[in-house]
Amino acid sequence: MSATTSHREDEAIAVAEAMTVSPESPRRRRRSPIGRVRWWTYLLLIVAVLACAFPLYWMFVVATAGNAAAHQIPPRLIPGGEGVAIAQLVFTTVPFVQSLINSAIVATTIGVGTALLCSIAGFAFAKLQFPGRDVLFVLVIITMTVPMQLAIIPQYMVISAIGWVDTLQALIVPGLANAFGIFWMRQHIGSTVSDELMQAAKLDGAGTWQIFWQIVFPVVRPAAFVLGLLNFVSTWNDFLWPFIVLKTPELFTVQLAIRQLQNSRAIDLGLAMAGSFLATIPLLIVFFFVGRRLVSGIMDGAFKG
Amino acid sequence: MTTLADTPIQQKSPTVKSRRRRLRWERTSPYFYIAPFFVIFAIFGLFPLLYNFVISLYDWNPIGEQKFIGIDNFTRLFADPRFWNATVNTLGIFLLSTVPQLILALGLAHLLNHARLKAANFFRMSMLVPYITSVAATTIVFAQLFDRDYGMLNWLLSLVGVDPIAWVDGRYTSWLVVSTMVGWRWFGYNTLLYLAALQAIPRDMYEAAEVDGAGSWAQFRYLTIPSLRPVIIFTIITSTIGGLQVFTEPLLLNPAAPLTCGASRQCQTLVLFLYEQGFGQYEFGYGAAIGVVLFVIIVLIAGINFLISTRIRGGRS
Repeated sequence: MSATTSHREDEAIAVAEAMTVSPESPRRRRRSPIGRVRWWTYLLLIVAVLACAFPLYWMFVVATAGNAAAHQIPPRLIPGGEGVAIAQLVFTTVPFVQSLINSAIVATTIGVGTALLCSIAGFAFAKLQFPGRDVLFVLVIITMTVPMQLAIIPQYMVISAIGWVDTLQALIVPGLANAFGIFWMRQHIGSTVSDELMQAAKLDGAGTWQIFWQIVFPVVRPAAFVLGLLNFVSTWNDFLWPFIVLKTPELFTVQLAIRQLQNSRAIDLGLAMAGSFLATIPLLIVFFFVGRRLVSGIMDGAFKG
Repeated sequence: MTTLADTPIQQKSPTVKSRRRRLRWERTSPYFYIAPFFVIFAIFGLFPLLYNFVISLYDWNPIGEQKFIGIDNFTRLFADPRFWNATVNTLGIFLLSTVPQLILALGLAHLLNHARLKAANFFRMSMLVPYITSVAATTIVFAQLFDRDYGMLNWLLSLVGVDPIAWVDGRYTSWLVVSTMVGWRWFGYNTLLYLAALQAIPRDMYEAAEVDGAGSWAQFRYLTIPSLRPVIIFTIITSTIGGLQVFTEPLLLNPAAPLTCGASRQCQTLVLFLYEQGFGQYEFGYGAAIGVVLFVIIVLIAGINFLISTRIRGGRS
């Protein structure tokens, strides 16, 4: 069946219905915006896709063709053959491999940690009764709206007071408190785990801890996975906080390594672009495999009227 | 549990005791489940937030003296043209990045909402590619694209006879550069949020509107927009909070003068100004005062948001 025939059928039905059917009677099909997809819809969407992909592609071109490609008029649009050499230069200019490892450690710990901690806390807020619950949940919501960037000075002082300056736990531990994640998991647990199931488990003598692990968590694992993924990505890409607490290049995350590359040879854009591209590759790989789940996670979890 | 199973006859005291212990655990366990968040947040979030007010009242040098000076930091701040400059820059960048971005996201969500769209998953996933690209990487690429001499944008403009523009050097043009980077990273994410909300609108509502003779613009105006209002408000709030935090883009845009985003502070944002004062000049007190002002701005925005959203919900419930 081709799309055009179905369009025509659609229109024919619609016209027929418009002429014969009274407004009250149910209509089986509808037209715009669901009906036909015009060619310019695809054109506009393809333009949007190009706008999304081009900066990354351009990063790749300069990363493989070298600094000269960034200083060429008209611009070069084809990747070059120096990618390996430039990448090697990246690895020798800064401890880039170590930075990749640091970022992986921090982002993975925060991703997995928040997925678990937020699931447990979300479960408590969604399904358990305890004095002060609603007040505490309002507190969680309030903390979501206050960006912590405005308190970086005292935050640095706290880190300094406990001797964590220039350590990875200075990134990991504060990152484990994730108000948005608790909010998100509470919504999911509230809407996917039925109270009857909870009651049945309670009558069987299961404690809340067992109920969580045996009944609730298996159900909401997909949502927890997406949450962990979102936190993994944002931690991997975070700049300001690592920039403040890390001092030694061996402890830098990849984002700080990129800045180092940008500064070490201000004129060599090839190096900075190669670093940027290498720092993005791990996320592109992750995205290739689970991007679809990320999309559906954002779409059905992030916001519910 | 084990005592229960092992000694079924010798009942009473151990059973009662363990049951009581278990009951106590059941009653207190919820607090343990939520404790990690509150403990970590208290130490690394709430305490710094409160302490920030204290520091702002001091002339506080991290390696020297700390002297109580009352509200002097604030009187100095409000008389500081650099502060007003950073405030205007932040608001300008926020408006330039948010308004076009959300309109674009709305339009794209509308396009993606066609039920018969082919390769829908491909388009949706592509929209998220900028979101997974880091700010640092984004900035380095866009700084080159907007370069005065070799940037692709000026090259394209030269094809239609426009003279090279020094994007990063001018005030408004540098806002545009930063806004483009912010908007590029987030428009796809917001598109997906709008798309999700669009898909939640029952189809028969459109049918009813069509029966009533509403054209597609009228449907968009009187059905789509009102249904999307909650998600639109949500994205405006998140973009506002995000817009007040813009830091990395201006820091990396101009490697020659990172802390001010250029010689004339043309694109220095409030958080970058805070960083410059706190960690560049080691004026912790003055930097904390900037943080306090940011906090007040956010409380005001949250208050406005609360008023608007209660007014909207008032009609419904």
